[in-house]
Amino acid sequence: MSSPFSQDLLISEEQKELVALIKDFAEKKVKPVVEQCDRDDTLPMEVYEEAMEMGLHMTVLPEEVGGMGLDHLTNCLIMEELAKVDAGFAVGCSANGLACEPIMIGGTKEQQKYFASVLSQKKFAAFCLTEADAGSDVAGGRTKAVFDAEKNEWVINGTKCFITNGGVASIYVVFAITEEGGNPYKSMSAFIVERDLPGVSVGKKEDKMGIRLSSTTEVIFEDVRVPADHLVGGEAMRGKGFKLAMMVLDSSRPTVGSMACGIAQRAIDECVEYANTRKTFGKPLSANQAIAFKLADMEMTTQVARQYCHYAAQVQDSGIKPYSKLSSIAKCFAGDNAVRVATEAIQIFGGYGYSKEYPIEKLLRDAKIYQIFEGTNEIQRIVIAGSLLKGY
Amino acid sequence: MEIVVCIKQVPDTTEITIDPVTNTLNRAGVPAIVNPFDAYALELAVQYKEKYANDATITVVSMGPPQAKAALKECLSVGAQDAYLVTDRAFGGSDTLATGYIISTTLKKICQLKGIDHFDLIFCGKQAIDGDTAQVGPQTAEYMDLPQVTYAVDMEECPTAGAVRVKKECEDGFRVIELPMPCIITVTKPKWEPRLATIKSKMAANKKVIAEITAADMEGLIDTNRCGLKGSPTKVRKTFVPQKKQGGLKIEGEAAADAAKKLVGLLADAKII
Repeated sequence: MSSPFSQDLLISEEQKELVALIKDFAEKKVKPVVEQCDRDDTLPMEVYEEAMEMGLHMTVLPEEVGGMGLDHLTNCLIMEELAKVDAGFAVGCSANGLACEPIMIGGTKEQQKYFASVLSQKKFAAFCLTEADAGSDVAGGRTKAVFDAEKNEWVINGTKCFITNGGVASIYVVFAITEEGGNPYKSMSAFIVERDLPGVSVGKKEDKMGIRLSSTTEVIFEDVRVPADHLVGGEAMRGKGFKLAMMVLDSSRPTVGSMACGIAQRAIDECVEYANTRKTFGKPLSANQAIAFKLADMEMTTQVARQYCHYAAQVQDSGIKPYSKLSSIAKCFAGDNAVRVATEAIQIFGGYGYSKEYPIEKLLRDAKIYQIFEGTNEIQRIVIAGSLLKGY
Repeated sequence: MEIVVCIKQVPDTTEITIDPVTNTLNRAGVPAIVNPFDAYALELAVQYKEKYANDATITVVSMGPPQAKAALKECLSVGAQDAYLVTDRAFGGSDTLATGYIISTTLKKICQLKGIDHFDLIFCGKQAIDGDTAQVGPQTAEYMDLPQVTYAVDMEECPTAGAVRVKKECEDGFRVIELPMPCIITVTKPKWEPRLATIKSKMAANKKVIAEITAADMEGLIDTNRCGLKGSPTKVRKTFVPQKKQGGLKIEGEAAADAAKKLVGLLADAKII
């Protein structure tokens, strides 16, 4: 295998050590369960438990609330390493971080502490934004929250779908319409909702093409009552949920791109080994320029994708704003790259690549979601073009 | 309670190949790791602390070049609180006798530095996977005049005050031995695997300073004539790769009398009888 832990040569010693730690964990604990869990569509809960023990579900939470306090660049590095072994498992871990972001960006200090305290008990969290009729059209959501002044509670009704960690989370961040009839972009708010509240239930479990080591379900809210202090950010953030959701997604996209790079890197590693071992016409596959050039292209675009994700994360860490365009480019380019590289990997492996006996076809199944979730790559292009043409 | 675990940084022998021409190890690019038996020893120490002695301090110590600090850092990320590296050119080339002497003297020095009287429990791996001698632990015990148990796989608190109960592996099974503290315990491969570091413990370990102890620091305590090449009676005359043994021949599927005849025939052909 070509990669000595990380392909980024400019990272610090500490980052290298963390990457080595995650690589060790992924190889020892995750790898042995991947094939079966992918085939049977089951979750490796014991391994998730160990991942949580290590702190992999609260990597970017600040240290003062009990998180690991990693910057986004380091998070990119370790999530790539995890995704190299299984992108679904990486999604299951990092989706907790995604759920934390709205609280960390828009929540009050008390809410941050509360949310983190739930996660520190090795519990999953989930970010509930998407609905059946509101995917890319986020503002078209129908989930509503109505304030009951008498009881000082919010009453939430609606159904969220394609929720990562939906089936396993103990705590949700739910986006709901609070301001009826106004500007749809200024009508949403976010709420902290505990799984064990009356009226919260898990609906249909998705039988997915890939990332099958992560839980994806509907989450249903029927007359769910949460206290007023569960409104994320309090009254000041009321009606600002759409903007908050966009900020969260901007923040998580470089990491998502890095996970896609993990898939691409895995494909390259597998192909290099195979092309050097497999003999055809009396010579190794890699002696054919048609194959060597394919590998060179895979390597080029993956290196570029990785570096751009790291760049976007570093800009984010440095506090420069806005970085929406950069994080959209990172996610979009890395996601498209993962799909292309995984497809090429199947081609290099030929019939074996198409067979489930080899780990290659799974890489394409896992990669495809990276063009769809966290804003489809079409939406990313809208953001990029918008920034280019309209200057936002 | 004061616990110390002696560890060694070794090349990961599972990744080492032997140059078929020169008969030497291809060391280039081979990662350095904490000797696995030492990692078991540390884990056993940490488990003992967690179960019976929560206020105990676990110190790790290693003799080696400055790079060995990486191995000590690793130990700090999986349960050790303090780490010391004993390092000096004068210690280079030490055989097991000299190493045992240096380690036992270093432990005295660390006690001085920490302001403690002695370590209650001293752990070592049963052997290092590069040298495979299994002598340093027992020799250290002899130098310190302490009771020892070798090949430990588990241990527990003992009803007798000031003692521990250690389960050790023997050829024919296990033996449970009670011994008074302070004592030395060398550890072999147990049923469990050592814990992995967490992100937090890894980062915390990175921030810790690993103290270095040199020969000069131990002036008055150590006799440098007993260290390094000078203090090492073991002389390596030659190293070689043992010939791979050929698999034996099995005479199968025949009646005993026929098999015996065949065997005698074979031995006669080979001019053995």
